[in-house]
Amino acid sequence: MQNESVVLRVEDVVKHLGGQRILDGVSLTVKKGRLKVLIGPSGAGKSTLLQCINFLLPPDEGKVFLDGREINGKSKKELLWLRQRVGMIFQDFNLFDHLTAMENVRVALIKVKKMDKRAATHRAMEELARVGLADKAGLYPAQLSGGQKQRVSVARALAMDPAVMLLDEPTSALDPELIGEVLAVIRDLADAGMTMIMATHQIGFSSSLADEFLFMEKGRIIERGAPSDLLARGSCSRTMAFCAKLSELSGEMGG
Amino acid sequence: MDGMLKALTASWEALPYILGGVWWTLGLIIGAMAVGLVLGVPLAVGQVYGTRPVRRLASLYVWLFRGVPILVQLYLFYFGILAYLSRFEVLAFLHLDSAFTAAVLVLGLTSAAYQSQIFRGAIQSLPEGQLKAARALGMTDTTAISTIILPQALRLSIPAWSNEYSILLKDSALAFVIGVLEIMSRTRSVAATTHQPLPLSILAGLIFFVLTWAGIKALKTLEAKVRMEGYSHQGSL
Ligand SMILES: Nc1ncnc2c1ncn2[C@@H]1O[C@H](COP(=O)(O)OP(=O)(O)O)[C@@H](O)[C@H]1O
Ligand SMILES: [Mg+2]
Repeated sequence: MQNESVVLRVEDVVKHLGGQRILDGVSLTVKKGRLKVLIGPSGAGKSTLLQCINFLLPPDEGKVFLDGREINGKSKKELLWLRQRVGMIFQDFNLFDHLTAMENVRVALIKVKKMDKRAATHRAMEELARVGLADKAGLYPAQLSGGQKQRVSVARALAMDPAVMLLDEPTSALDPELIGEVLAVIRDLADAGMTMIMATHQIGFSSSLADEFLFMEKGRIIERGAPSDLLARGSCSRTMAFCAKLSELSGEMGG
Repeated sequence: MDGMLKALTASWEALPYILGGVWWTLGLIIGAMAVGLVLGVPLAVGQVYGTRPVRRLASLYVWLFRGVPILVQLYLFYFGILAYLSRFEVLAFLHLDSAFTAAVLVLGLTSAAYQSQIFRGAIQSLPEGQLKAARALGMTDTTAISTIILPQALRLSIPAWSNEYSILLKDSALAFVIGVLEIMSRTRSVAATTHQPLPLSILAGLIFFVLTWAGIKALKTLEAKVRMEGYSHQGSL
């Protein structure tokens, strides 16, 4: 079935940073239209894993497959192809500060996809409208709220027609009152069938959308399963314990 | 009283001639800033993003041109290198074997060393995520640097660039030693014939002062023009 096709596969990825084994053999498979959620304590290696997937940090060992094709990290051409097909959302947005919201979304269409300016502008405006920011197209990042910046960065990634999106704690840098607008955009993406891997502490939100939780600690996935199983009443999973701690800290489930 | 009048008369009469040197001085500065920019940007990029040998080479260049006094370089270029180049008819035909060319090159090559340090500081002050985000969109490093990094870094460099302008303005006065007819050399030659070195030097000083002021004003205008709206990030230069 088309819907069940594997979009992304990661096999035994190992990554060392600063002489330490940060990723210690991580594997996962994402099927089309599914959302995998990475949870776990800070420093577990979630960001490193996401950046290994699009080779922003080339893995030391292991394999990455996109659309069934193994990525050869030595080939610049393959890396550029991979990165065009994989959208990335960063915790601190990383919008290009010298470009307006619209230009942020448009720049890679022109420079990478070689679209002509008019078509690229048109597409950029469509994506901004999709995240509810058509009226902010002419503003610079410094003139936008954190939530708006993150929505622009989602539009920027979507404009490239990614096969899969990697989201690295997309709401962690936001003031509490701005989290909702970004989560709403992510929910829309999930509903529209976007394939995604998301690192997040938003347990409550993601448990309703994710098909699997992957609990990471010390560079390994130490627990995985359907959110409903891991969070079932009476479950003594690590995930459950971690989430209990999170909600204790924030005063509410998934806060 | 008589002396004062004499001094003023001499200055007044020399004014048009000395002001004629402004064009040469401006030519030297603009030429040198341009040479410095064209070489300084790749030097800075090489120092930040280059492979080890490239970084070494760029550092060597900076070290060399910051180390050798401009006066020494002027003599070397004019009497050494340009004398050699003037054997080539093409250069002579284009008047590129002139003292002016030698001075622009010397000032420009030295300025490139300093400008590269300005640009390097600006590049390194940008958040690391800018390059990451550009790469994540599938940009090559060349595209990322030219469309994302440099446009920001160059904007941040403008204040320090004003500084480079006033330094070049002062350094350009050294070009008189190889006979470029800029402000200083004209002042000296008039002073030699009128025996009024002091008032003429004051006049030259005033002209340099006005040029400094005007140039910095122009760069401030440029800075305001290309300012990133609401941008809060401060380059640490
Ligand atoms: N460039 C680096 N050099 C050395 N250690 C790093 C580097 N980047 C990350 N680390 C370390 O790797 C570990 C995992 O980091 P990260 O992937 O950011 O975790 P997470 O996203 O789960 O919080 C942390 O202990 C961090 O200190
Ligand atoms: Mg992280």
